[in-house]
Amino acid sequence: MTAGAPATEAAADRRRATPAGRLRAAVDRWAVPVFTALVIAYLLLPVAIMIAFSFNDPPGRFNFIWGEFSLAAWGNPLGRPRLDDAIKTSLGVGIISTVVATALGTLIALALTRYQFRGQGATNLFIFIPMATPEIVLGASLLTLFVATAQEPFKTLTGGALFPLGFNTILVAHIMFNISYVVVTVRARLQGFDRRLEEAAMDLGANEWSTFWRVTFPLIFPGIMAAALLAFSLSIDDFIITVFASGTANTFPIWVWASIRNNLPPQIHVIGTVVFVAAVGLVVISTVLGNRGERRNRPVVAPR
Amino acid sequence: MHRPRWLIPWLLMAPGLLWLLVFFVLPNLQMVTMSLSSGSLGRGYAFTWDFDNYLGAIGRFPNNFRNSIVYGGLATLFTFLIGYPLAYGIAFRGGRYKNILLFLVIAPFFTSFLIRVISWRIILGESGPVLGIVRDVLGLVPPNFSIINTPLAVVSGLTYQFLPFMVLPIYVSLEKVDLRLIEAARDLYAGPWRRGGAIVGGIGGTLLVGVVLLALGYAQPTITGFLGSLPPMAIGGLVGGAIGATLISESFVRVTFPLSLPGVFAGSILVFIPAIGDFVNAELLGNPKTQMVGNVIQGRFLEQNDYPTAAALSFILMAAILVAIAIYARVLGTEELTGGRA
Repeated sequence: MTAGAPATEAAADRRRATPAGRLRAAVDRWAVPVFTALVIAYLLLPVAIMIAFSFNDPPGRFNFIWGEFSLAAWGNPLGRPRLDDAIKTSLGVGIISTVVATALGTLIALALTRYQFRGQGATNLFIFIPMATPEIVLGASLLTLFVATAQEPFKTLTGGALFPLGFNTILVAHIMFNISYVVVTVRARLQGFDRRLEEAAMDLGANEWSTFWRVTFPLIFPGIMAAALLAFSLSIDDFIITVFASGTANTFPIWVWASIRNNLPPQIHVIGTVVFVAAVGLVVISTVLGNRGERRNRPVVAPR
Repeated sequence: MHRPRWLIPWLLMAPGLLWLLVFFVLPNLQMVTMSLSSGSLGRGYAFTWDFDNYLGAIGRFPNNFRNSIVYGGLATLFTFLIGYPLAYGIAFRGGRYKNILLFLVIAPFFTSFLIRVISWRIILGESGPVLGIVRDVLGLVPPNFSIINTPLAVVSGLTYQFLPFMVLPIYVSLEKVDLRLIEAARDLYAGPWRRGGAIVGGIGGTLLVGVVLLALGYAQPTITGFLGSLPPMAIGGLVGGAIGATLISESFVRVTFPLSLPGVFAGSILVFIPAIGDFVNAELLGNPKTQMVGNVIQGRFLEQNDYPTAAALSFILMAAILVAIAIYARVLGTEELTGGRA
């Protein structure tokens, strides 16, 4: 388990001879694992706090201080004005932006990995830049564009779809920031792809179309699914860009932000907990299925 | 095939690239125009080459820029100090639990960003567990000491939020380190770092504590402030020296760490960019004096409707990030980043 264990075995034996040496050996052995465990605990602490405070009956309007155990918020998770609308918007934007961004991004990833063309490097860089831009700049610049469409000539061009701000503008923004992440994820999967499988299919008489759908697509499907999952979770959780694009519309994070100036109901923690459990469950299921699929595919995909 | 072959990739990419062109490039051009315009939301904006927006942006908000750079920089430093040993632990001591540990590192991302910040408000609050232990039980700090609504709280929040961005790239580069190189180093008599580690760790620990005390406002840049922060700096030096002398080996300093530098570089950028532009942590965990550039941009855009100033601020932020990355790439050496083993 330890890196390079055999090389240090003899030295460790020598050190164990004296009490001081024993202490040293113990420190060497345990310092890194104990630190690792502590940091993991630190990373999970806020999640634990969220789950615990979903069962809280806070003494004031803000769910910051422990009052007493209560199931009230769990019994009535949507019992706050406009909270159900916010969640609907979040899910709607999440689903549509995931589908659109995954489609557009996968096409770009296919082009970038399967063809040699002039401008390839520039395109790779162009895909990377939105991910390296701070979210606040992405959001702010989109807002200036949306506001500009309130005036002619853009007004007739967009048919007023992008101003006033609302569902459409949130959707446009989410598709925009998701495309790059999809490209990067699918491209990583395509880079380990064995082109000989396609050649084999063609040699056996399949045309380009059926080769793609019966050989290529099933093999890159896990990558596309991973990209879609990533896009969906980025969309559901996005706050900084959305706050610029939302106007009077609410997504769940925007609703929380608007709420926090006046009150912080435990319903927020309930919904956070539900989302957390659902997401973890989804990842566990997809990992288990993925492992099974991998085992089934192993003889097909030639080792590289 | 009737279409020319060079056209196919462009046809595949056309919809996606068009989307990015219209909703990423165009808005940024629009924002450049806006940052040089004058007017108001009601009367409309006119492009007037108004460079005063830039001068005004820097002149009126110097503290916010300073906060962004200091807090973003400290968060990057802390995520490195916490994240490197964690990535090392997972890569070299994780064994068969590697994948589970990695999953636990990204698990916080399955909760909403805002809820994580809210949790830190609870943890660092007056009746939270941190003060409960450090102040009330152990008595390490004065009874009127608090964390929430201070720069320390903002930096703690930023460090926590972006820690996984530091861990993952470092893990990837550590995972690729060829263990035979470490064995070779040991065969060539690379042992514990002892004296070198004590010196480097001691100086590093002392400086680290000094810089942190100064940056977070616990020590003033005066003689008395310096004298007052000597005891904690000495403790930092002792701890750093002890760690350097006992836990760090020569093979780590000479082999493992240099090979992991690309991961450190990527991780630092991934942490620094979102941290410097963040406004949520400063808003929910800090006080009016801890506001960062992001708070000003957000306020100017969404509350005061002062678009030209906000656009200018956004561009200065972008420029600052690009300069920081360029300097960092130069300091760390681009050769290690691009060259190396397959």
